Amino acid sequence: MHLARVVGTVVCTHKDARLTGVALLVIQPLGRDGSDVGRTLVATDAAGAGVGERVFFVRGREAAFPFHPTDVPTDASIIGIVDVVDVVA
Amino acid sequence: MILGRVVGTVVATRKDERLLSAKLLVVRPISPDGQLEGTALVAIDTVDAGTGETVLVVSGSSARMADGLGQAPVDAAIVGIVDTVSMS
Repeated sequence: MHLARVVGTVVCTHKDARLTGVALLVIQPLGRDGSDVGRTLVATDAAGAGVGERVFFVRGREAAFPFHPTDVPTDASIIGIVDVVDVVA
Repeated sequence: MILGRVVGTVVATRKDERLLSAKLLVVRPISPDGQLEGTALVAIDTVDAGTGETVLVVSGSSARMADGLGQAPVDAAIVGIVDTVSMS
C-alpha cells in the first residue's frame, strides 16, 4: 500500500457499468517525508475521501476487493484516510 | 488507473482467438491538465471510445475485469470516457 494526497476528481458519464456510483479521484503518491513522488493516477474511492486529504491506497488486482462481490474494473483504490504518519527513519 | 488520450487504432487480423472482435486503440498517457506524457500503449476498448477522446485506462490483471474480457490476454483496458478532470 502507498500514501497519497487527493488532488482532484474525475467525472465519467460513459463508463463500465460496475463503476457507477464509485467516486474517481486523482491522487498524488507521497514519499515518507510527505513530498510528491511520481506521477498522479486515478483511483476508485472505497473510504469516502475528499480533495486535500491524505490517504493510503492499494494497487493491482486487490484494488477491486473493497467492492466485493462486485468485480469493479480498477487497479488502484483508496482504502483509508490517514490521520497521522510517524516516520522515525 | 491512468488518464489517457486515444491517438490511434490498431488492426490485427491474426491474434489470440479470445481477442476476436475486440477493439484495439492506441492511448497516450496524459497528465490531469491534458499534457501528453510517457509512451503510448495499446488498450482494449470496452466503452466505444474514439480518437481524440480522454479516457480512463485500467492496467494489469485488473484489466480483465473490464466488461466482456473474461480470460482474454489483456493488460490494459479502457473502462471510461472522461468528461472532466477537476484539480484543486
